[in-house]
Amino acid sequence: MAGPMLEIDNLSAGYGAVQALKGVSLHVEKGEIVTLIGANGAGKSTLLMSICGDPRARAGRVLLDGEDITAKPTHEIMRSGVAQAPEGRRIFPRMSVLENLIMGAQAAGQDPDAELPGVFALFPRLRERQSQRGGTLSGGEQQMLAIGRALMSRPRLLLLDEPSLGLAPLISRQIFAAIRDLNQREGLTVLLVEQNANQALRLAHRGYVLVTGRITMSGSGADLLARSEIRDAYLGGGH
Amino acid sequence: MTTPQSASIAARLRAATLDALKATGIAFGLFVVMVGLRTDIGPTGALLLRTRWPDVAALCAAVFILRLVLALSVRPQQAAVTPARWAAGLSRAGLLFGPALLALALILPFIPGIGRYELDLGILVLTYVMLGWGLNIVVGLAGLLDLGYVAFYAVGAYSYALLAQYFGLSFWICLPLAGILAAFWGVLLGFPVLRLRGDYLAIVTLAFGEIIRIVLLNWVSLTGGPNGISGIPRPTFFGLPFSMGGGPGTFAGFFGLEPNPSHRVIFLYYLILALALLTNWVAMRIRRQPIGRAWEALREDEVACRALGINITNTKLTAFALGAMFAGFAGAFFATRQAFISPESFTFIESAIILAIVVLGGLGSQIGIAVAAIVMIGGFELFRDLDEYRMLVFGGAMVLIMVLRPRGLVGSRSPSVLLGARRE
Ligand SMILES: Nc1ncnc2c1ncn2[C@@H]1O[C@H](COP(=O)(O)OP(=O)(O)OP(=O)(O)O)[C@@H](O)[C@H]1O
Ligand SMILES: [Mg+2]
Repeated sequence: MAGPMLEIDNLSAGYGAVQALKGVSLHVEKGEIVTLIGANGAGKSTLLMSICGDPRARAGRVLLDGEDITAKPTHEIMRSGVAQAPEGRRIFPRMSVLENLIMGAQAAGQDPDAELPGVFALFPRLRERQSQRGGTLSGGEQQMLAIGRALMSRPRLLLLDEPSLGLAPLISRQIFAAIRDLNQREGLTVLLVEQNANQALRLAHRGYVLVTGRITMSGSGADLLARSEIRDAYLGGGH
Repeated sequence: MTTPQSASIAARLRAATLDALKATGIAFGLFVVMVGLRTDIGPTGALLLRTRWPDVAALCAAVFILRLVLALSVRPQQAAVTPARWAAGLSRAGLLFGPALLALALILPFIPGIGRYELDLGILVLTYVMLGWGLNIVVGLAGLLDLGYVAFYAVGAYSYALLAQYFGLSFWICLPLAGILAAFWGVLLGFPVLRLRGDYLAIVTLAFGEIIRIVLLNWVSLTGGPNGISGIPRPTFFGLPFSMGGGPGTFAGFFGLEPNPSHRVIFLYYLILALALLTNWVAMRIRRQPIGRAWEALREDEVACRALGINITNTKLTAFALGAMFAGFAGAFFATRQAFISPESFTFIESAIILAIVVLGGLGSQIGIAVAAIVMIGGFELFRDLDEYRMLVFGGAMVLIMVLRPRGLVGSRSPSVLLGARRE
């Protein structure tokens, strides 16, 4: 297929009176890692969620491999090859690691037994912990579980919302390495939301900057890293 | 001179006293009107107002002391956590306890000394066990707080009564129909409350329960209103009636037995036991199915379910429908057992008792619910002689259990997928 894997065209969405997205357009090519950076409350999580139809777009379109999915019910979108590891991980705390993973496959109609080996190979830690309750995992393990759970649905497009949130630098590097691995070895397409702009832009092929519901800048990862506005606003300035 | 330790003890004492004073204040406000003032009918038939201030003082003092003791002896952190060793021991004991309880239930009618009264009590307890297991699907597994569960019990009971009365259908045809109709009403309730959670869901389901009861009360031409429906056909042994005549077409005649009124009671006992076990079996089976895991996931985190693409609408509606279906079965059983039903049997207190059984049993634990039903319904009977103090004992026991075991009698969840049961 010639067109992009994901194309978002002039998307607006919000909650009640809050207009969180004000005409966002972006695209993610097949096999790309694209990152979306922006300050707190810019609308990054809203963008990822409204790709999944929750909240629904008020205007604009979302195309997946050229197919308009804007009006599709959420559970059907997730069955057509989109998976999300949501903000704050949101694993099921009282269910075991294995049950958490199975939930990811089952909701998308995939066979858990076929997907488990791949996820365990990527995150061996999850195999060791498979009968432990999700809620008792460490933060890093929970993030692995959240990503693993999303991968269990065998997605074409993986949406990751702040996977490095609250993780020590070493663990967050491990998570980023796993994302790169998935992309390079399996050609998985990734849309990555991050506060950790430095690491995210190094990892990603391209990036977008979201400011209060609008895209203000875009370019290749290296290109954005070099810009002074980005350095000042998202990389702590002092470098 | 104050050491840090004595300072912290003093602080705790102060906090506990303050807490006890607050509780006493509330108690005082309640007791002044509820206990302090009392109207009696005087010799001339007029109402006399009597005051009972010493009683109020005694009650307030009791509240103060008990609250103080409680506040000093229970630390909040301790109360919130189930002692792990107890839970583990209990679940090990549960492995033996469940089968033992089942065996006892199976042979109960033939144990010497078990008479009509005990069997009737057994039937009552089993009805609540079944209702508890049914409601557990909605509340314990799917995490949807339903305060109107009795409505589906009523739908089942009236379905059987009306179908039998107007169309002359037999119990065995009506039983599945009652379940289906109740499930239908479950879905009907489910739709408007799809978006509600927690308190709001509780309020709407509570209202739904009351609406059903009020409709039954006021639709006199169909339901007989407050007079209820009487003469509901008794169940037959798959077509053989339990009649005292003992003819060839009756249960006793067919099996060549002496006609005996206890046959029907024993049959009813095994019927409700079978229905309850069916409820348990279906609930346990479904817990391991995708839909059952989706219920549990829904209870854990609805946002995560959305992000995973779980169909929230279907998941909630199936929980409501399945829970309601078992209440419908139980309702049909209730109608055939009593031969008479009226809206009075389906008040909010029934919903509250069933919910209390589920919560005391430890939300989600099948064996815990069975034990809670035995304790509660059996306890009600045991304390029958206490008359008006029965509710007091009941309330006290509930508070005690919630303080000692805040997660219910059996408050630990076992995973539905086990390590060895699955290849890697
Ligand atoms: N459920 C909701 N109801 C109402 N407003 C919301 C809701 N979720 C988000 N918002 C608002 O929408 C705006 C965008 O929020 P969003 O969560 O998308 O930001 P974000 O870029 O992900 O921020 P962060 O980096 O802090 O996660 C914010 O103003 C937020 O207050
Ligand atoms: Mg966010």
